[in-house]
Parts: sequence; C-alpha cells; structure tokens
Amino acid sequence: MFLALRELVFARGRFALMGSVVALIAVLVVLLSGLSVGLVNDGVSGLKKMPVSSFAFQEGVAKDSAFSRSIVTRDAVEKWSEQDGVDEAAPFGNTLVNARSDEGVEIDLALFGVETDSFLAPEAAEGSGLTDAPDGIVISETAAEEGIAIGDVIRLKPSETPLRVVGILDGQHTYGHVDIAYLPLKTWQEVRAGARPGETVPPRTYDEFTAVAVKDKPDAEVDVAAADKAAGTTSFTLEESFGASPGYTAETSTLQLIQGFLYAISALVVGAFFTVLVIQRRQELAVLRAMGASTGYLLRDSLLQSLVLLVVSAGIGVGIGLAGGAALASTPMPFSLEAGPIAVATVLLITLGLVGAAFAVLRVTRVDPLTALGGNR
Amino acid sequence: MSPILSLTDVTLVHGDGEETVTALDKVSLEVSPGELVAIVGPSGSGKSSLLAVAGALTTPTSGTVRLADHDLGTSSPRELARIRRDQIGFVFQSGNLVPALTSYDQVRLPLTFGKVSDPRDPAELLAEVGMDHKAKRRPHELSGGERQRVGIARALVTRPHLLLVDEPTAALDRQRSQDIVGLLAREAHEHDVAAVMVTHDHDVLHHCDRVYEMIDGRLNAVATSTD
Repeated sequence: MFLALRELVFARGRFALMGSVVALIAVLVVLLSGLSVGLVNDGVSGLKKMPVSSFAFQEGVAKDSAFSRSIVTRDAVEKWSEQDGVDEAAPFGNTLVNARSDEGVEIDLALFGVETDSFLAPEAAEGSGLTDAPDGIVISETAAEEGIAIGDVIRLKPSETPLRVVGILDGQHTYGHVDIAYLPLKTWQEVRAGARPGETVPPRTYDEFTAVAVKDKPDAEVDVAAADKAAGTTSFTLEESFGASPGYTAETSTLQLIQGFLYAISALVVGAFFTVLVIQRRQELAVLRAMGASTGYLLRDSLLQSLVLLVVSAGIGVGIGLAGGAALASTPMPFSLEAGPIAVATVLLITLGLVGAAFAVLRVTRVDPLTALGGNR
Repeated sequence: MSPILSLTDVTLVHGDGEETVTALDKVSLEVSPGELVAIVGPSGSGKSSLLAVAGALTTPTSGTVRLADHDLGTSSPRELARIRRDQIGFVFQSGNLVPALTSYDQVRLPLTFGKVSDPRDPAELLAEVGMDHKAKRRPHELSGGERQRVGIARALVTRPHLLLVDEPTAALDRQRSQDIVGLLAREAHEHDVAAVMVTHDHDVLHHCDRVYEMIDGRLNAVATSTD
C-alpha cells in the first residue's frame, strides 16, 4: 500500500481520468439495472404476485405466446387437482383489452379471470375483493394512479361491456406493460367470446379458459410429465411462464446483452490502462526489483491500487446513478431501483475490472531487474 | 579484515550457439568492509556485467560469487531477491528514484519490502547525506546531485554489507561529482560498507581505495593514484 497510495495521489490527474470512465460505466450499469427491473415489473409483476407454482397450458403451445393462444377445459383442472403433491388447481383466464372509463380515462387492461372462491381470488387493499356481482372488478394500484377510482364504471371496447371497480390491489400488478383487472371467470369467458351485454353465448364458452393455475403443496415434488400427460397439457413453472408475457424475453435479453457488454468494456478499459501504466513504469519497476522488492510485493501493490481505483470510482458512479435513477423513477418510464440487482451489478463491475487489471499487472513479473543497470533504456 | 564479497574465476557468457559474447572472463575480485573499489573501463567492457553478478541480478556461467555467507550461484531467484533486499544497496545512474515519492519516502521505501532487522533512521540518514532540507520534495524538484544523494541514502537504509554503485557521476558536473564520490567514500569508511563503483570518470578515482580497469571482460588492478 505504501507505494500504491502515494502513486494514486501523485498521478491523480491520470487516475481521475481513468476513474471517471469507470464511474460513467457504473452510472450506466445502475440505470440499466433500474430499467431492467422496471421492465420486468411492468411485464410480469402481476404474475409474480400470484400464489401459483405453475401454469398448465394447452398441449404443445409455444411458450412465447402461451397466454394468448392456449385454451384448456375444466377436465384439465380436475386432472391436475388429483395429482400427488398438488395442493390446488384452478381455472385462469387472461386477455388484453382496451377500455374507457365513464370519466373518460382511456386505459389498456389485462383481464385476469378467476373463480371468486378459488385460491387465485385477489385480496384488495382498498374496497372489497371479487364478489358475487358478475361485473365487479379489482384493479392494480397503478391503474388507480391513472385516474380510475372505486365505483367507476369502465367499458370494454368494442363490446361496450360495463364493469364496475369494486377494489384496488396493493402495489403494482401489471402484465405485458398493462395494468391488471381481476374479474369473475364467468364474466371473463363472456368477454373473451366477444359477447355484447345481454347476448347469449354457446354453452362451451363456460368450459374454456387460458390455463390451469396450479399450486403445489409445500416441499412437494410433482411429477409434471405424468400430470401433463394425464391432463393433456403443457405446463410451465411460474418463472418459465414469464417468457410468455408479451415482449418479456426480447426486453430482458436486450438489456442483459448491453449490461454484459458494459462489464466486458470495463474489464478491457481497466486492463488497457494498467497495461500502459506498467509499460510506462518499466524502468521504475526494474529498479524496485533490483532493490529486492519481491514479485509478490509488486503484484500486491499494483492490484491494491486498481482495487482502490475501482471501488472509489464505482462508488461515485453508483451514487450518481442512484440520484439520477431517483429522478427517473418518478416519471412514467418503467424504472425501479432495487438494492439487490444494483449490488450484484456493482460487485460484478469491480470484479471484472480487477480481472482486467490482474492481466495487465502480471507483466511486472516479466520485468528484468537487470535493466535497472546501465543507461535509462 | 576478511572480504565480504569474493568473486573467483567468474565467467559470464551472453547468447548461445555461434553468436556468444564473453562479458566477464575469469574475473576474480575481493572487497572488504569499509573499502571503496572503483572499476573503470570503456563502454561494453563488462563493467555493468560485473555489477549484475556481484548484485545477485544474474548468475555467472562459471566461477563462484560469495557475499557474506551466501553462495549466489546456488541461490533460488526468491533467495536472491531477499539477499538484494537485506544485504545489498544499489546506487543507480542519475538516482533512478521513484517519481511519486518524496525524498523521505524514497529512503523509507526499501523498509516496506519486508522486515529489516536493524534499519537506519531514514530522517537521520537523509540529514547525513545533506538532504534533510528537501525531505518533502519529489525527484522532479531536485537537481541531479540531490537525486544522487537521496539515492545513496536509499541504498544505505537497510545497513547493507555491500554497496554497488553504477556510474554515479554520469549526469553531474565536476564539483558535484567530487562531492558525490566523496560522500560515497565517507559512508563506506564510516559504516564499514564494502562498496564497488563503476565509473567513466577518472577525476574521482583519488577518493577510492583500489582501482581496477576492465577491458574486454578482463579485470586488471591499476596502481592507486596518489592520495
């Protein structure tokens, strides 16, 4: 540390330049992390908050469009609830619709149809949960923020089906960047069939829904393959089903790719900086080695120097990122700062930077102390 | 007094195959504590090679090098680094100080490499070489002679048995050269250090106890100048 710290102070201009590059990368990493958490929340927060272990979809359905294409029947629910290790199974319906409230608020909704007495029935933070009233809906808090209140009537397009808001959920419940409205399964089935108010629908409409929502018993192992075979379904775990949310896979993989590139850039930039630094210090390092400094001493000293540089500049960058992020979080942008992902990203940034520095610093082992003698070559 | 450094029939050959250069040709030399030995000779005569062999920076092709109780020819690189740290002090051309360090820290630097049993006090040593008034200056704020003084203090802080000095006056004017070599002689005599100095500068030889001339890798004693 003796030499490392004194050099940091002496060549502060040079190190500050390098540090600001790392800090800027850290700012970007924090913002990207906030953006990906925000997008994930926007995409699947409603699914995440369901007390569900897995969804059983129509057999052979493609994962990326499972929620929009799948149709299963009551049979499947019965078959699934008979399986060992399954606590409960219930029908679940999912459709995206456009709507407009009588107060004139335009809103897109993800309609989640559930049986009002099943384990899927939501608990409202305000108002009541789903009731016997066929037109009662419970909406996400984020929808309430758009200007929809309890007691409001919203009309779906184009059928003009009126629904009445009876409750508001706690926190953000969204699916595919759209606010969720829970409604009774029977009403959902009529909406999905495209029926106008008062129109009758074919009886089989009431037998069809999107998927079977399955809740496993705690610590139970369910033989998924056997259950799928018995029920004629293809099931995905809750996490796997996130991929069926519109745009989810594309968004998360794009952001992960960008973040991956940032880590690689940080490692390469830091590595390149220390490579140049070691080459520049060659004569000095030769002198130190001639004086009897061990290889370990020089490696430790240089690595500590890069660690101090990385930690300080990443710290500053994360600070700036958090401040900027707090400003962004109050805008409609899907942005959410969470300590976990940011900590992971920061540690990764520092670790990969150190790896880059380590490769560069290994060059000190190749400095020949003999070159300390003679002229300043 | 028995010699602290003894080279016996040391030969150092660079390169391999047909293109070989004999840098040292059966060189024998003994230096006792408190002695300043000068080695003069033209460029490329093998003076630096002699310092490298005596300074545990390279092992000779044949012959033996003994420093105190150590046979440098049979020591591992790790042991050699330790011997350099504990027993040898180097004074390089134009000081070769670390740019980031103040004069005081330059002198403390060798003490950070590892445990030193009986170091000299850096501040005292800095005063002894006449640099205490510039203890907080960095090398770029010092003159050539001042840098050399700090370099000498740095080499002596671990109380080495052997002081190896590489062209200390290469970048200095006449008067400063006399001062620096005078300082080296005084330190060697007063602190019982065996010192070997390589130089081009014939004007400073009167400070030295013995003078050798190196020509084409061979070392010959020169009649000591009048003192």
